[in-house]
Amino acid sequence: MSDRAKTLLLHGGVLVLLFALQFVLPAYHHGNLARIMVLASFAIGYNVMFGYAGLLSLGHALFFAAGMYGLGLAVAHGGADPVSGLLAGIAAALAVSVAVGLLALRTSGVAFMIVTLMFAQVGYLAVLYFGTYTRGDEGIVLQQAQRVLWGIDLTQPGARYFAALLLFAVCLLATLGLVRAPFGKVLIAIRENEERARMLGYDVFRYKLAAVVISGVLSGLAGAVYGLLFGFVGATFASVQYSIFPLLWVLLGGAGTVLGPFVGTLFMFYLIDLSSAVTSAYMLVAGVALVLLTLFAPQGLVGEIRNRIWRWLP
Amino acid sequence: MDFGPYLMLASLEGAVTAAVLALTAIGLSLVFGVMRVVNVAHGEFFMLGAVLAWWVASHVGGPPALGFIVALAIAPLAVGGLAALADMTVLKRVNYDPERTIVATIGILYILQQVTLMTYGPEARPVEPPFNTRLALPWFEWGENGFQIYWPWGLSTTSYKLFVIGAAAAVLIGVWILMARTRIGLLMRATQLDREMALAFGIPVERVYATVFGLGGALAALGAVLIVPTQQAHYLMGGDPLLLSFIVVIIGGLGSLPGTVAAAILIGLSDGIISVFFSPMLAKILATMLVALVLVFRPQGLFGSGEK
Repeated sequence: MSDRAKTLLLHGGVLVLLFALQFVLPAYHHGNLARIMVLASFAIGYNVMFGYAGLLSLGHALFFAAGMYGLGLAVAHGGADPVSGLLAGIAAALAVSVAVGLLALRTSGVAFMIVTLMFAQVGYLAVLYFGTYTRGDEGIVLQQAQRVLWGIDLTQPGARYFAALLLFAVCLLATLGLVRAPFGKVLIAIRENEERARMLGYDVFRYKLAAVVISGVLSGLAGAVYGLLFGFVGATFASVQYSIFPLLWVLLGGAGTVLGPFVGTLFMFYLIDLSSAVTSAYMLVAGVALVLLTLFAPQGLVGEIRNRIWRWLP
Repeated sequence: MDFGPYLMLASLEGAVTAAVLALTAIGLSLVFGVMRVVNVAHGEFFMLGAVLAWWVASHVGGPPALGFIVALAIAPLAVGGLAALADMTVLKRVNYDPERTIVATIGILYILQQVTLMTYGPEARPVEPPFNTRLALPWFEWGENGFQIYWPWGLSTTSYKLFVIGAAAAVLIGVWILMARTRIGLLMRATQLDREMALAFGIPVERVYATVFGLGGALAALGAVLIVPTQQAHYLMGGDPLLLSFIVVIIGGLGSLPGTVAAAILIGLSDGIISVFFSPMLAKILATMLVALVLVFRPQGLFGSGEK
């Protein structure tokens, strides 16, 4: 079997498995998995920038929140239907990611990390500052009537799961296509050796900007869908914690692997879920995981599998 | 109160902020300068200093001054030791790779913060200041009767706040003497200039790194012990000092110690003055945005001297 066939079989198999799981999972895990698939789409967006282009952003909550608030504000204050809401979310994420990309890409390395962190902090503070519209920490709650898409009630668990799966499938297949295309190869070349990529005649800045925009839009889309499916748009999603989470998920699952973000999100979600039942200091798990991962498994779970068993994993 | 006395009050509050900020930021700047890594857990070292100060002060009997003095000695030592330990067990093993260090220190941040939450709890607790005399301040004015001195109502500070400013200045001079006049300072500067060459000359670079990281943590903790009698110790208090220290270190030019102190005074004073006259949230938004843009368009900082 060729590598291409194996790749399609594996990723298709994962999607089919996720589709089948909705019929057997108990209600609690059913709801969790829907949430995980949306968050994994956020992680997939993060992975385009961090895993493939090698740009470590500490401010991805900004893009997630841009999409989420684009949708939330349009639906709650503009009276938009979910489709226009989603489009508003995507437009917001697009605008923010172009602006951040143009500015932040003038720096590199540590400065890039701090600049993205600060832009995200500005976004978070702005959400609190415009509390009249965003309702700050309390957040906007979307009513059931505002969450009906083409006659499908997205507050129903079945419809919600399916919508989450659809989003996840689109993001997964999009990145799979992206990394197999020449564009993805150039991103990897830039990650491995930027000078050499420039010497070969690639316009490095434009490729990196494209990576930031694709990553920002995917993250924003995930944010908008999260707001729509779970009916809550709050300032927490713009906070530093939501910039750290995608980094953690991608590192755990494996940066620069297509399936890694999902695997990482799945593991970390349940790890935090289990530990928050025991203690209120559940972020301790995230801290320990970050330190252990940087020390012992910088490649992440899927990355280790690729190193040891399946060398063809994209 | 008139505008003049009001401004003076705001500047005094700003000077206290600036003094503590200078201590915290100089720790971050030292670590960045010598080791070329960004320590995201720096704010948690600050928080640990405050929490330890509360712990020591509440376990030492006698007058509040005794507990405070013991805390002033123990908290920075303990935090410095912990920081050096973190350096040797974690940072050394990722070879001080800039990006992996940031990820690892984010992990350390959460570990320290959450362990504090588990042990110390979510309450905010005060530490009693060793002395706290209220000092009324005079104001001068040219009135109808010529030059006169009067004592506006509300224009006052406390002896403790003045002590914080003095103590911070003394520590900063101490750090400068350490860097410029001692052997260990020489070793640090040599390591900063050229790590490979320092190693070749037999400088124990790993021990220098552990010392610098420990010193950075100890300075943050010292700033926290000084400020905790006027604020309260809380497990989430590390966020703001971290952000402000970042701002100061960037404005001052990454790794430049005089620049860091100048920027700390500038930021501390303007923070005190701005937050008296404007909405603190808006001030924070504008300051953060401005600093991000400084980093984008003038990465050597406002006081830095061009590309090296």
